Amino acid sequence: MALEKITSITGRAVCVPGNDIDTDRIIPARYLKCITFDSLGEGLFYDVRKNADGTDKPHPLNEARFKGATILLSGANFGCGSSREHAPQAIQKYGFKAVVAEGFAEIFFGNCTTLGIPCAAASREDIARIAAAVEKNPATEVVIDVVKQEIRFAGQTVKATVREAARDALVNGRWDPIGELLDGVPAVKTTAAKLPYVTV
Amino acid sequence: MPKSLFEKVWDAHAVRTLANGQTQLLIGTHLIHEVTSPQAFGMMRDLGLKVAMPHRTFATVDHIVPTDQVAEPYRDPLAQAMMDELRKSCREFGITFFDRATGKQGIVHIVGPEQGITQPGTTIACGDSHTSTHGAFGAVAFGIGTTQIRDVLATQTMALGKLKVRRIDVTGRLRPGVYAKDVILHIIRTLGVNGGTGFAYEYGGEVFDRFTMEERMTVCNMSIEGGARAGYVNPDETTFAYLKGRPYSPKDAAWNEAVARWKSFASDAGCHYDDVVTINGADIAPTVTWGINPGQGISIVEAVPDPATAKGVDEKSSIEEALAYMKLKPGAPIKGTKIDVAFIGSCTNGRLSDFQEVARFVKGRKVAAGVKAIAVPGSQIVAAQCEKLGLDKILSEAGFEWRAAGCSMCLAMNPDKLVGDQLCASSSNRNFKGRQGSPTGRTLLMSPLMVAAAAVTGAVADAREVFAVN
Repeated sequence: MALEKITSITGRAVCVPGNDIDTDRIIPARYLKCITFDSLGEGLFYDVRKNADGTDKPHPLNEARFKGATILLSGANFGCGSSREHAPQAIQKYGFKAVVAEGFAEIFFGNCTTLGIPCAAASREDIARIAAAVEKNPATEVVIDVVKQEIRFAGQTVKATVREAARDALVNGRWDPIGELLDGVPAVKTTAAKLPYVTV
Repeated sequence: MPKSLFEKVWDAHAVRTLANGQTQLLIGTHLIHEVTSPQAFGMMRDLGLKVAMPHRTFATVDHIVPTDQVAEPYRDPLAQAMMDELRKSCREFGITFFDRATGKQGIVHIVGPEQGITQPGTTIACGDSHTSTHGAFGAVAFGIGTTQIRDVLATQTMALGKLKVRRIDVTGRLRPGVYAKDVILHIIRTLGVNGGTGFAYEYGGEVFDRFTMEERMTVCNMSIEGGARAGYVNPDETTFAYLKGRPYSPKDAAWNEAVARWKSFASDAGCHYDDVVTINGADIAPTVTWGINPGQGISIVEAVPDPATAKGVDEKSSIEEALAYMKLKPGAPIKGTKIDVAFIGSCTNGRLSDFQEVARFVKGRKVAAGVKAIAVPGSQIVAAQCEKLGLDKILSEAGFEWRAAGCSMCLAMNPDKLVGDQLCASSSNRNFKGRQGSPTGRTLLMSPLMVAAAAVTGAVADAREVFAVN
């Protein structure tokens, strides 16, 4: 399976501020009642984006000027909580291709990488700088350079960290590990043979 | 060289190093449920893959099952569709399914241990973040996403980077009225909701040595709420006594061999830990959350934090956001906060001992007028054990609705939901905005006995006073 080599993401950005934005906030549990991920995009941030009657609440994703953004900016510990892949799936189906935050919860980070969504960690000050540029001009082109681990926007360059294993997987087009894991099946049998609880 | 349990289990299950430096790790036990697996089975079909080890894959249904309706079809056609899909996939791929008809259905993290599937020195994965529960047995257990479920189904392995290990010692004794739930809420409050990122937590010390398996499970369950992907307790005689005679436990001659092997996985004296934290058990009080993440907790005798006294802008804004959502007053005591709903159940606190402890104290008491109280056993087996002891009657007479097994109001993927901005005293694990089904619903996490105290008084209360625990 040849996968795309994800070396950089270029697009417009939108900032959804806040720390500890959890997976229930990203995709409320009722949207998990599905047997495919296809229509998850509409549930993204639903309860903070919409009123009970379906009308819009004030939220960055509801602002026309940020429509078409492909880079999501946020705060610390983004994606904490559940292991639901529905969260990154909703982010991807909505149209986002990368997330920039101060930090990411572990399972969310792994789920994103497996879907080919780079999660880049940047400092609070730098995220604020990007957000300010986007606020001033929503059409600002933001480049997440996964190889160089930097973010370029409005003539500025800031540092961004994409953890090594994820970076390697993204830039070399092996972010979905299934091919490599299947290649290892003969070795799996050797390991399993030494584990009585697996073999019985 | 002395090694920790985590390292020993990791080394025993490491298949090889992948190109990106991660490990291809063998997952000996794969647990699945209806919410996160259907899409994985879809991917398997698309790729024409077979399940590598159906005999090491076990399924149950928990999130979507109604607790007030046992008969199918369910009123919610989406829930029924998920149920049907899991049944179909288990049949198609030859996977054991603890369906309701088996009498063994329940929350996946309760079913694994009670069947004896969860064993020391093993690796376990499940598409559910509370998989850390199984670490109570000295297993290394990970919550995973759906694409990883596909990986484990297809290869019985997954790609993973090695975690660091933080040893958390809880020394001395807990005071009366302080439970395992208080211990983990205290740990999360102390280390923070993302303090465990990159770590597995190894829990130990005198308090854990004395803990029952059910208490250890409560603590390990919420490791993820502290950011730790896995949490575990070294296996000991308590572990082995729990496992003996369970359906999937080794039998006869194999039992002694298994116990010897299990013991060998326990952390060696003098092994390396990346971090060590010590907490004095006597410092832990009954703990209640007041905010919108599990780290926003206080002891029952403390006041709701005031943003004016916050340390730094971050804490100030997070307190403000939480108080605005929770509609609580800064500086007010948490005790006395009126509640609307009381929920006892979940993979955190839906086991026999939880209901025994509550029944012991609520016997003869009544749920306060205007409070909706529900008690939801974590599995059909827990339900049967409680019913055999008459706990269901005690709880029903007190005014609790005694329900059928499932996740229920922990996450509201079933009919059990808060309405409007109801305030719920809950024995579950997450107090996120909207977690219990209403976008404005409010959750206060606490131990089952504290939920019971809130239920009978109609307000957040100190269970030690309400029930004269001493």
